Amino acid sequence: MFGWIDTVIQGILLGGLYSLYATGLSVIFGIMRLVNLAHGDLIVLPAFLMLALVGVGVPIVLALAIVVPLMYAGGYVLQTVMLNRVLGRNILPPLLITFGLSIIVQNGLLEGFSADTRFLNVGPLQSASLPLGGGIAFGIMPLICLAAAVAVIVLLNAVFYRTAVGRAFRATSDDVQIAQLMGINDRSIYALTMGIALAVCAVAGFFLGARSNFDPSIGPARLLYAFEAVIIGGLGSLWGTLAGGIVVGLAQTIGAHLDPEWQILAGHVAFLIVLVIRPRGLFPRAVD
Amino acid sequence: MSIDGSNSAGLSAAHSPGSRFTVTRATPASTITLLIAVPMILILAALPAFANRTLLQELFYVFTMLALAQLWNLLAGSAGLISVGQQAFVGTGAYALFAFTVVGGLDPILSIMLAGVTAGVVAIPAALIVFRLRGAYFAIGTWVVAEVCRLILAQVKQLGGGTGTSLPPDVASSMIGLDFVRNLFTVRGPAARDIISYWLALVLAVGTFVLVYRLLRSRYGLALSAIGDSEAAAESTGVDVFRTKLFIYVVTAIVTGMAGALIFLQKARISPDGAYSLIDWTAYVIFIVVIGGIGTMEGPIIGVAVFYLLQYYLAALGSWYLILLGGLAIMLMLFAPSGIWGVLSRRLDISLFPVRRRLVGPLKHSAGEQNGES
Repeated sequence: MFGWIDTVIQGILLGGLYSLYATGLSVIFGIMRLVNLAHGDLIVLPAFLMLALVGVGVPIVLALAIVVPLMYAGGYVLQTVMLNRVLGRNILPPLLITFGLSIIVQNGLLEGFSADTRFLNVGPLQSASLPLGGGIAFGIMPLICLAAAVAVIVLLNAVFYRTAVGRAFRATSDDVQIAQLMGINDRSIYALTMGIALAVCAVAGFFLGARSNFDPSIGPARLLYAFEAVIIGGLGSLWGTLAGGIVVGLAQTIGAHLDPEWQILAGHVAFLIVLVIRPRGLFPRAVD
Repeated sequence: MSIDGSNSAGLSAAHSPGSRFTVTRATPASTITLLIAVPMILILAALPAFANRTLLQELFYVFTMLALAQLWNLLAGSAGLISVGQQAFVGTGAYALFAFTVVGGLDPILSIMLAGVTAGVVAIPAALIVFRLRGAYFAIGTWVVAEVCRLILAQVKQLGGGTGTSLPPDVASSMIGLDFVRNLFTVRGPAARDIISYWLALVLAVGTFVLVYRLLRSRYGLALSAIGDSEAAAESTGVDVFRTKLFIYVVTAIVTGMAGALIFLQKARISPDGAYSLIDWTAYVIFIVVIGGIGTMEGPIIGVAVFYLLQYYLAALGSWYLILLGGLAIMLMLFAPSGIWGVLSRRLDISLFPVRRRLVGPLKHSAGEQNGES
């Protein structure tokens, strides 16, 4: 019995990490209907950047503070230089550009850091846990990760719903032509969007490295978990994305509890089941 | 719709009875191409009589990749179904071949056919699920399906589980026609097996080409280009969008499964990671199609030649080779999204395998002006 309670708690905590993976993807899709196939690799990339910074003696928190704006700038440039040039009705060019980017990042990391498995050392907090009695314990790091996932969503929702620039984001998302008539430059909104999404990727990359091992090849799997969380949650709702992340996390830990080899498969199967019974996700907001 | 798949028959523009405008699909270039293609295929078929084994093995790879590229091109370029999960059907076909031969004890060539059927059967429920996703999300959905297949096959201990298994030597040596080939060319068993595999790959490549070409020139081709322009408009003119897409998806899966079975019959070794490899069976294939020219019959042929040369000279660079391919794909999408053939055919105004209908009028220059899609 305690085993099951523990499994559910671990699943919810894992869901926090998956929600962080998915938030960036959800924002880009919500605002510019773009799917970034390099999303997973752009979570692994900042983890390696922080690893490199820590390697030259930068404290881990400072490394995070450097990499987040760096990824923001990278996203802004990526959108301005490449993706804004191919926006339009044909979805193939942006899809293939991000696919190419995924292969470049993955193999670039492989060249730069080798295929070895790494982790980010965040000090004594890493393995600390909060005992709950009955052999159940919260890991402190997973708990901080879930809190960070919630904080990111609260922050983004505050930006989207309480600021002028947030209004511009929502207007562009609702109807780009009318937004342009109102004097909004959609291209710069898109650039900001990609910047924000990759900044969130940097936070996700930090927790990826702090919670578990990583190597250059694990990006695509993170993309799939993120994608599943977005679809399960329903397009256009960040709280839905959090719920979706928790569903994937729960499915994986429950699957692993039954048989360790079923962990990943159980997450995918949960996604397919939701797609069959609730094709628009659990909390749909956007019409498309 | 009264348009059939016949070769070049012009159907007269019915609106004004006296009009001298006609709709045609053949071009002088396409007629010449057909006249050249037939002897070329015959020469390729006779190649085992004088070529060495290495050349046959290289051509085997080229032919199978060409078939996969034509199939992906049919899905993405014509039906707008951009899949990054075709490895689902390559892998399923490959595993079905191993199951039918190793566990079922059937003949390998018969098993290739059955492997295609198996892939088609898997494609139906897969389609019903992923068709709920649109556009780019459809693409990732197909990838999830491929991952599910990979993870399930990794659990099947009879087929080697996660580490994979090899094809027992007696399976390959029991192939139909092996003795015939051995006597015909006076070669040993392994070389005879390569020759049969080469022929099968040639049949697969030519067969896939003819299948896709005929499909695109049939009413399905018209329906697909209508869907590509606007699903709602296509639906309103009587095209059953869902059934058309499902048909194309399943046909593609069947032939992709057969290609997968053939590829892994030749490899004689299978593992979940190899059979369901995103890079080998989808990324390379997409690269071939986009560099040659998506949405054209000529594109994959040019693409596979370019890809083969790059692979031949640069594959030794390892991950730098992949970085180069990724960079090339990005540059292509930014500066020449229609690929090599797209640029060439626009400049030269030629079409070797025309699938479009052209309006040809009595004025001399009208053919040149009105060669857009009709």
